[in-house]
Amino acid sequence: MPGGVMMDNAYLQVSGVSRHFDISDPFLARLLTGGARRQLTAVDNVSFSIARGQTYALVGESGSGKSTIARMIVGLERPDSGTIRFDGRTAFDERQGQVQDNSLRQKLQMVFQSPYSSLNPRWRVGDILMEPIRAFDLIADPEARRRRVHELLDQVGLSTQDAQRYPHEFSGGQRQRISIARALASNPQFIVCDEPTSALDVSVQAQVLNLLKQLQRDLQLTYLFISHDMAVVRVMAHRIGVLKNGRLVEENAAGPLIESPQDPYTRMLMESTPRFAGGAASG
Amino acid sequence: MTAPLLEVSDLSVEFPQRRQRLQALDRISFTLEAGEVLGFVGESGAGKSLTGAAIMGLLEPPGRITGGRITLQGQRIDGQAESVRGRRIGMIFQDPLTSLNPLRTVGDQLVETIQLHLGMDAGAAAQRAGELLDEVGIDRGRIGAYPHEFSGGMRQRIVIALALAPEPELIIADEPTTALDVSIQAQVLALLRRLCKERGAAVILITHDMGVIAETTDRVAVLYAGRLVETGRTAEVIAAPRHPYTKGLMAATPNLDLVSVDTVLPQIPGSMPSLAALPLGCRFHPRCGDVMPVCRRTAAPFIDGVACHLYGAQTQEAG
Repeated sequence: MPGGVMMDNAYLQVSGVSRHFDISDPFLARLLTGGARRQLTAVDNVSFSIARGQTYALVGESGSGKSTIARMIVGLERPDSGTIRFDGRTAFDERQGQVQDNSLRQKLQMVFQSPYSSLNPRWRVGDILMEPIRAFDLIADPEARRRRVHELLDQVGLSTQDAQRYPHEFSGGQRQRISIARALASNPQFIVCDEPTSALDVSVQAQVLNLLKQLQRDLQLTYLFISHDMAVVRVMAHRIGVLKNGRLVEENAAGPLIESPQDPYTRMLMESTPRFAGGAASG
Repeated sequence: MTAPLLEVSDLSVEFPQRRQRLQALDRISFTLEAGEVLGFVGESGAGKSLTGAAIMGLLEPPGRITGGRITLQGQRIDGQAESVRGRRIGMIFQDPLTSLNPLRTVGDQLVETIQLHLGMDAGAAAQRAGELLDEVGIDRGRIGAYPHEFSGGMRQRIVIALALAPEPELIIADEPTTALDVSIQAQVLALLRRLCKERGAAVILITHDMGVIAETTDRVAVLYAGRLVETGRTAEVIAAPRHPYTKGLMAATPNLDLVSVDTVLPQIPGSMPSLAALPLGCRFHPRCGDVMPVCRRTAAPFIDGVACHLYGAQTQEAG
C-alpha cells in the first residue's frame, strides 16, 4: 500500500519525505509580468522501508522523483520535510536537519548511472579506490591499504594490475565495476544504485547485475536500486515502489507487484516494457 | 523478378589508421522489400549504426566504403548518396533535439522540407505540413510552436513527420526511442511502424534492445564486431536463435515474465573486441561457450541465415 509498511528489521526507514523545487521566473521577470512564485513538488510525502540485506527498487519514468529520493537518502540533497533513519539512527529529521555523522556516511555509498562522469579521469584506479579508505581513516598502514585495494579489485572481477591504470583505459562495464569497488571501499552496509546499468550493453548489464547480487549475498549489503526498467527491477528487487510525479502510487513485494499490479500506472509501465517470448531464454 | 527496394551486397567499411586499416564492416549483405521493417541489433561497436551511415553516405572521414554495392530500386547509390538522402531515404536519430532547428518553428521546418523535396507552393506545403502533424498525433494548432515547447516524445514525432514529409521509400531510424521513457517509446515505435506500413515505406530500425526488435520488426539482422552473424524473420529468430551470440544476447536480456530476484542472468563473458584487436577466425570465438578448434582459425561462411561453424558441421554430417 502507498503508505509503506514499517518493518521491525528495517535497515532504512524513509517517512513522509517531501522535496520542493522553486521553479519561479527570475525576480525581475516576476516583477514585470506580475507572475507569482511557482513550486515544483519533486517528491511528495514518500514513505518506505528497506529490510536489512534486501533490495528495494524505486521504479518510474523521468521526472518521477526517483533520483531526488536517492540523493536525499545519501545526503546530497536536503529534504523539506520527513525523516530518514538508518539502522535505527536518524540521518535527517525536520528538527535536527541533516545529521553530520562520519560513521553514518561511511555506511552509505552510491553507484551512479554514468561510469564516464563519475570517475576522476586524472586519478589512477588505485588512488580512486584508496580515497574513501583515506577519507574515513580506515587503514593506517600503507601496505595494508594496498592489499585492501587489491582485494576490492578482486571482488569486482578486475585484476590487481588494474590499480595502475586510468579510467579511460577501461570499457563502460569495467568502469562501472570500478565505481562499485569504490563504493565498497568504505565497508558500507547500504548502497544506492542509481540506474547503474542503463548506460551499458545488455551482456555487460547482465555481468554487473549478477555482480551486485553476488556482493549483496557475500557482504550482506542492503540496496536501494533506482531504475526505469521493469525487467531489470524484477531481477534485482525484493520489494518495489512505483513512483509517478513524486508520489508512490504502489508498493509491494516484487512477486505480487509484478504478477498482479493494482495501480493503472504500474500496469501501463509493464505493458510498455518490450518483451519477447524467446525459445533461448533458458540459455 | 523485380529487384528488392534496397540491396546491400558485400558492404565493407574501413577506417585507415597510420599503421593499419581498421575493418569496421566486413562484407555485410542484406535486402529489404517495400513496407518491410528490418531491425539491426547488436551491442556498441557491432557496426549497426555504421551500416546505416554507410547507406546514407554519412560515414565520418576517414571512414570509407572499400567494397560492395548498395542499390535502391536497382540504382546504385553508394558514392552518390547525396542524391537520395532526405528525399528517397529519410533519417531519424536518437536525440530529437539535435535533429531539429531550435530557432525555427516546426511548421517552417516542415514547409521547407516539403517545398525542397516535393516542389509544392507555399500554401499547399503548409496544408501538407498540417496533415503530417495530424498523422503523427500532434495538434495542428501547434504548427507555429518551436521545438523546445514540445516534450521529448512529441519532438520525436515531429522528427518522424519531417522524415516522412518527402515521402521517402526507406527510413533509417537509429535508436529512435533510446532517449525516451518506456511508455513513450512504445507509442513512438507503434506510430513509426504504422505510418511506414501505410505508405509502403521500408524501415531499417537500429537498436540494442532485443525487446524492441521482437515487438517492432518483421526481419532481424544480428551484427557482431562488423560482421553479420544471423538474419531471419524476427519471429523465427526470437523463437529459435541459432548463433551463440544471438542466444547470449537474448538470454542476457531480462525478461519480465521469466525472471525473479533469484535469477542469475546468463551472461556473455568478456566484451566486444576493439577494431584494432579483432580475433582471428570467428570474431565471437573468445566469448563463445560452444567454441571449436575451427572457430579459432577461420570465420564461418554466412550460409542459410547464420555464420557459425556449428551449423556448417551439421550440414556436412547431414550431407
